[in-house]
Amino acid sequence: MAGRVWLRGGRVLDPASGRDGRADVLIEDGCIVAVEDALAGVSDAEVVDAAGLWVAPGFVDLHAHLREPGQEYKEDIASGGRAAAAGGFTAVCCMANTNPVNDDPSVTDYILDRARKDSPVRVLPVAAATKGLAGEVMTEMSALVAAGAVAFSDDGKTIMDSGMQRRVLEYSRLVEKPVMVHAEDQTLVRDGVVNEGAVSTKLGLPGNPAVAEIVHVARDLLLAELTGAHLHVAHVSTAGAVAHVREARARGIHVTAEVSPHHLTLTDEATLGYDPNTKMAPPLRGKDDVAACIAGLADGSIDAIATDHAPHAVHEKEVEFTAAPPGVLGFETAFAVVLELVRRGQLTPLQLIGSLSWNAARVLGLAMGRLERGAAADVVLLDPTRRWVYDPAQGFSKSRNSPWAGRELEGRVLATWVGGRLVYQQGRGVLVP
Amino acid sequence: MMERGLLSIEDLDREDIELILDTAFHMKEVGRREVKKVPTLRGRTIINLFFESSTRTRTSFEIAGKRLSADVVNFSPSASSLTKRESILDTAKTLDAMDPDAVVIRHEVAGVPKQIADQLTAPVINAGDGAHEHPTQALLDLMTVVEEKGRIDGLTVTIIGDITHSRVARSNIYAFTKMGAEVRVAGPPTMLPAQVESLGVKAFRSLREALDGADVVMALRIQLERLTGSLFPSVREYSATFGLDRAKLRFAKDDAIVMHPGPVNRGVELSHDLANRRPSVILDQVRNGVALRMAVLYLLAGQKRGAEEER
Repeated sequence: MAGRVWLRGGRVLDPASGRDGRADVLIEDGCIVAVEDALAGVSDAEVVDAAGLWVAPGFVDLHAHLREPGQEYKEDIASGGRAAAAGGFTAVCCMANTNPVNDDPSVTDYILDRARKDSPVRVLPVAAATKGLAGEVMTEMSALVAAGAVAFSDDGKTIMDSGMQRRVLEYSRLVEKPVMVHAEDQTLVRDGVVNEGAVSTKLGLPGNPAVAEIVHVARDLLLAELTGAHLHVAHVSTAGAVAHVREARARGIHVTAEVSPHHLTLTDEATLGYDPNTKMAPPLRGKDDVAACIAGLADGSIDAIATDHAPHAVHEKEVEFTAAPPGVLGFETAFAVVLELVRRGQLTPLQLIGSLSWNAARVLGLAMGRLERGAAADVVLLDPTRRWVYDPAQGFSKSRNSPWAGRELEGRVLATWVGGRLVYQQGRGVLVP
Repeated sequence: MMERGLLSIEDLDREDIELILDTAFHMKEVGRREVKKVPTLRGRTIINLFFESSTRTRTSFEIAGKRLSADVVNFSPSASSLTKRESILDTAKTLDAMDPDAVVIRHEVAGVPKQIADQLTAPVINAGDGAHEHPTQALLDLMTVVEEKGRIDGLTVTIIGDITHSRVARSNIYAFTKMGAEVRVAGPPTMLPAQVESLGVKAFRSLREALDGADVVMALRIQLERLTGSLFPSVREYSATFGLDRAKLRFAKDDAIVMHPGPVNRGVELSHDLANRRPSVILDQVRNGVALRMAVLYLLAGQKRGAEEER
């Protein structure tokens, strides 16, 4: 089943080694056995002609919601895993806001068990930082890490109690795992649903000010400095937060950060039609914020692009803007959407691939996202010029809540290998399990 | 612009507004007759779909429809999708299947009339959506000012109060600026929305400066429940700083008129005395509201199936 595959003549992009050029990649027994300018004399291999295509490490998503257990009508580990494979992801972190919450090793076990049976891609559980995401009692971090948790987060909820957040960060040093924060000061957000500014004023919808994120990021950076913990700022959306993270890195604070495809490419003006599929948390921001997020990614202040894949059922989104749950699908559109930054010259192809793979793996301290001899063959084949129209109804997610529905996108995932197994091929669909 | 309904003043251009106002002045004549009814919309069905309760606006639309001989049906599902577990779109589609000629919608959340209009075949008239727009209110205000001043062009209009949460303010800002007036807004800083100037107005914290040279002064209703949202410290302080009375009105032009969308909190945003008598024109606004809504219903529900009828 996992024989030899010879990816021949593609543009190989390996952010770990800095390789960007025409080369051959040979996969055997689930591992990468050779990456060379031109291989010769390979026998018994399935040859994939990659001329004109990109060969890259499989993408690693630091932030997704697979909704299982508990909300399988939105997504489950099988459907989410398939959507991830179709988007070129070979490993995805799943957030803890399931039902029950992933705040106990038994839930982590369940998720990993389902993943082994149902998911074509690797699933990396992020456990809750506090029990029930209630911000009151911290979770058993050692036991959760032993069960397979890769990080801790109360994502979606914010630990507003600064004293509690300090203890969570402090305690996380025991397990040396990142604490991922959804940084929004809820007393400033209040009932805000769109970015506060000209757009919220025009729409007459309650505004969520940029400062709600900035205040919280500033607080958590100070707490990270105090505790020496690894703080990971999820879905950065404001220029102010980018500036604080940049400054903190320069001071040696252990902080990493991610940004979502939507915060890199859409502004709050996308909400002008009241489409609940443009409602996210944090909300889409202004032009200057988007520019700052792109600049932060380019200069390394922000490590990774993470989708915040957040499926919601059609009936949940077809309601008043204020009543709709925040969040959009991300897996299947991520590569095409962010490739726009390369076309505009804002990121190099190697930077883009790095932010989708190797940088994300490094945030977690995992040996993934590399095209090195001996590494597990998590590989993706990409066509950077292929145009296609995204129709969520034809996709693999159970949900359809995407702001890119019906849009023509440029750049397509052609094939995804996980541990040397071809799990997705464009045109044929998801092939395993 | 009005083919698919009347969702906002922002969508209209000056010609649309002039057409509606001209039609409204003709309609006003009907209200002066002994028999206040014309057969214009006979056989047409208008649904008043009011998710948020409103006696005044709903009654005004109902009388407007009846004076045009339309069959008017009131439907007031009170709760939101969240509590009721029925989607607003399901409710609207159900009513649409009964083939109304127009649906008048009010909802407490901005954008709902547009979301519904995108799914319906019948034209939708926005009767107020959250803090977004209240287009017929702005149009009846224009009508009232035209009657009083003979024009809109070149006038200075000052709107006072909680601009952030006011659909009346937004619609009037668009309406008066499109018709050539200068619009100012005034209120406590906590009640002026972010980047309010982007709407095309000048913003003032000083009532005195905002009133200087004003031809039209519009006081907005203060919602007392906003006290808990920490937008203002007390009714006493609000009425002392931004409540309008005859003494403060002296800063405006001598012939300035005072407007209010109703219902008035007497002694809060408007003194009792000013609410009762000129230069306030509050009851003229109400009277014009019926004529204006007749015009809108005539233009939307009256023309939609014209081709069908001729067959």
